Amino acid sequence: MKFAFSDEQQMIRDTAESFLAEVSTGEAVRAAMATELGYDAELWQRICGELYWPAIHIPVEFGGLGLGYVELAAMLEQMGRYLLCSPFFSTVCLGANALMIAGSDEQKAQYLAEICAGRTATLAYTGKAAAACGGQWGAEAVELVAQRRHDQFVLNGTLRYVPDGASAELLIVAARSLGSTGAEGINLFVLAADRAGIECRLLPTMDQTRRQAEITFDSVTLPISALMGEEGAAWPALAKIIDLATVALTAEQLGGAQQLLDIAVDYTKERTQFNRPIASFQAIKHMAADMMTRAEVARSGAYYAACVAQEALEHGELASQLPEAASVAKAYCSDAFFRNAGDALQMHGGVGFTWEYDVHLYFKRAKASEHFLGSGDYHRERIARLILD
Amino acid sequence: MKLSFSLEDEQFRQEVATWLQENLIGEFEKLKFRGGPGDEHMFPEERKRWEQKLAAGGWTCVGWPREYGGRGCSIEQQVIFYEEYARAGAPGRVGHIGAGLAGPTIIAFGTGAQKSKYLPGIVAGTELWCQGYSEPGAGSDLANIRTRARFDEAGARWIINGQKVWTSLAREADYCFVIARTDPGSVAHKGLGFFLVKMDQPGVEVRGIQQITGTSEFNQVFFDGAECNAGDIVGAPGDGWKVAMSLLDFERGVSTLGQQMQFQNELNEIVGIAKENGAARDPAIRQRIAKAHTELKIMRYNAMRMLSSQGSGAGSLQQEALIYKIFWATWHRDLGELALDVMGAESQILEHGPYQLSRLQALALFVRADTIYGGTNEIQRNIIAERGLGMPKERWQR
Ligand SMILES: Cc1cc2nc3c(=O)[nH]c(=O)nc-3n(C[C@H](O)[C@H](O)[C@H](O)COP(=O)(O)OP(=O)(O)OC[C@H]3O[C@@H](n4cnc5c(N)ncnc54)[C@H](O)[C@@H]3O)c2cc1C
Repeated sequence: MKFAFSDEQQMIRDTAESFLAEVSTGEAVRAAMATELGYDAELWQRICGELYWPAIHIPVEFGGLGLGYVELAAMLEQMGRYLLCSPFFSTVCLGANALMIAGSDEQKAQYLAEICAGRTATLAYTGKAAAACGGQWGAEAVELVAQRRHDQFVLNGTLRYVPDGASAELLIVAARSLGSTGAEGINLFVLAADRAGIECRLLPTMDQTRRQAEITFDSVTLPISALMGEEGAAWPALAKIIDLATVALTAEQLGGAQQLLDIAVDYTKERTQFNRPIASFQAIKHMAADMMTRAEVARSGAYYAACVAQEALEHGELASQLPEAASVAKAYCSDAFFRNAGDALQMHGGVGFTWEYDVHLYFKRAKASEHFLGSGDYHRERIARLILD
Repeated sequence: MKLSFSLEDEQFRQEVATWLQENLIGEFEKLKFRGGPGDEHMFPEERKRWEQKLAAGGWTCVGWPREYGGRGCSIEQQVIFYEEYARAGAPGRVGHIGAGLAGPTIIAFGTGAQKSKYLPGIVAGTELWCQGYSEPGAGSDLANIRTRARFDEAGARWIINGQKVWTSLAREADYCFVIARTDPGSVAHKGLGFFLVKMDQPGVEVRGIQQITGTSEFNQVFFDGAECNAGDIVGAPGDGWKVAMSLLDFERGVSTLGQQMQFQNELNEIVGIAKENGAARDPAIRQRIAKAHTELKIMRYNAMRMLSSQGSGAGSLQQEALIYKIFWATWHRDLGELALDVMGAESQILEHGPYQLSRLQALALFVRADTIYGGTNEIQRNIIAERGLGMPKERWQR
């Protein structure tokens, strides 16, 4: 047993960190936030063309680097730390994962190669139902309707909360057969976002470091070749895609929780009141100690989930643990990130309330990530069903 | 990263499980799941015999080097042992202070004579130990020790006077390790000594303290001219603090890494009750049970990280090790509250008068100690902030 980064994994992490510390500064994040796209297109080109990040865990046979989920998580942690504004999460953790899990060989060959080359993608599966009852991110969230007409499917309905949905070039969408409910009748399709009848509308968001969109399908026709897997039987694949994305998100959350701790501790060592650094007040020290505890526990949960995700991709021994590991990590990391954000804000006093300091960026990102793919409460209820029902 | 244990370790796991299955029977059957937190006073005689049964199988001191009668197990195997021990429901160890604290300290700092005098009794499970650190004026501020040790040249022995408090298992113990001031003018952590003192002698008096559970597992220990031999000081006079502190590292060490399995047993019992009495349908209770489950899982992953980083940090405490105590202690304390809330009003009714608590009722009270002993939560936070985050120390005059 060795539950720690290998030297190579550590190197990937360190490289990502030094790169992001340089390019994703507070200033750069603010500049990206102000654009309609939501990220710096030139930087994204560098990330794809020079660093090959989107290729990280895509198998070599499809043009990827063939590394694992732990390597992916190590990079995501740094992206979370530096609040990188980019379509990486949507393209790789949603798009590429969906293709790897549900795509046919031809679909993989075509689209994964495109993703490696820098094409952006996202997964759109949630309708408004995702916000019902405090958040429902399972099969019940799928609302888009797909009707079979001979050699075609016709899609109608509205998708919401789609990350980078207004800018992604490739869409993977989930849609259900008319009248079906729950896990029944779900299909996955892969298609270009500019297809006739699709309207993508950018939603203004409280967290401006990741864009969300509403996508409306008005009698969009798709050929059978756009279908991923067997008709009406996509739920198990989609469930796995969602769990994998959830695991990826926890790595980002961990990075944010850690960075908030570091920012807050640095600040308290510099700021003096009553003629001493506020870091010497026990009330402040204890808050910081609790933040570190949360960050370290979050780390254990997120890394473990990343290992399990790797096994799930390889059909390894622990593959069946994926839903539980994803929920355990998401429940903890969501709360840890947001609570660290709240504590960091408190420790900054008045400046923590300003637009100028970075704390609010993390505070908002923490809330957005908490709700995306299911809050702590949602994931605890998933666990409760496993152990109590 | 690799999550699975080696084949050899898995075989070891099987060996432990099989031995426990074959030996935790007959007169020991009733000890299953007993003697844990809040239940230490139960079956002391049977548990002493169980300690000797373990000794016969070679299981009392699995982590000690073979030359001292241990099993020489790797850290992974020690964790496996503790996990399987708890999984089988084997009883709380009356010998844990000797095997886990006194022994490792003597191995690390003791003389050859001390090793041959004290280690065999611990390995054999025949001699029990207790820990004489805390005093009425020395709790969190442990260095404020008042108990004195004076060397009597004529008799070539140490004479000890003073009082210890909260001493667990003092009535059952054969020996106590005592921190006492050897230099009368000294203050704080200077001028202390670490002594191995026989309990059965005229100068030692033990008085039980009734605790929150109504039982009395801890005690006051009075030393009134108690004696030990010139050779019963570990390290030199003045080295006591150094020895005492490294013992605390053992206390926070490997044996706690396997305890998640015992916690899992407790949580399972609570889940069972919740399913039976319908609490499992209450949304708020569901959230709390799921939270307990979530954090218990991560506690184990955290222990795995600690194991994996052993030895890599050249003596520096890794971040995940610094937060370990406060995390498990707080988790366990909350579990006690959850147990009562799952039972609802029935949690307030005792099985028998005058004060016979069920195992979960006793647990719910006893876990309040977890955030106090071994460094209170507040002291843990001070350590995390100062050692882990480099925040300034408090300054005050003694
Ligand atoms: C069940 C049980 C078994 C025990 N067994 C043993 C044993 O076998 N041998 C032994 O030697 N001892 C034993 N102890 C004693 C234990 O180690 C002490 O209780 C512990 O160190 C706390 O000391 P205290 O009780 O004097 O509390 P105090 O130190 O007086 O603490 C009281 C409160 O003040 C807080 N406080 C103190 N200092 C600070 C500070 N600097 N900053 C912030 N807050 C502070 C504490 O956190 C606590 O909340 C046992 C205790 C219990 C409960």
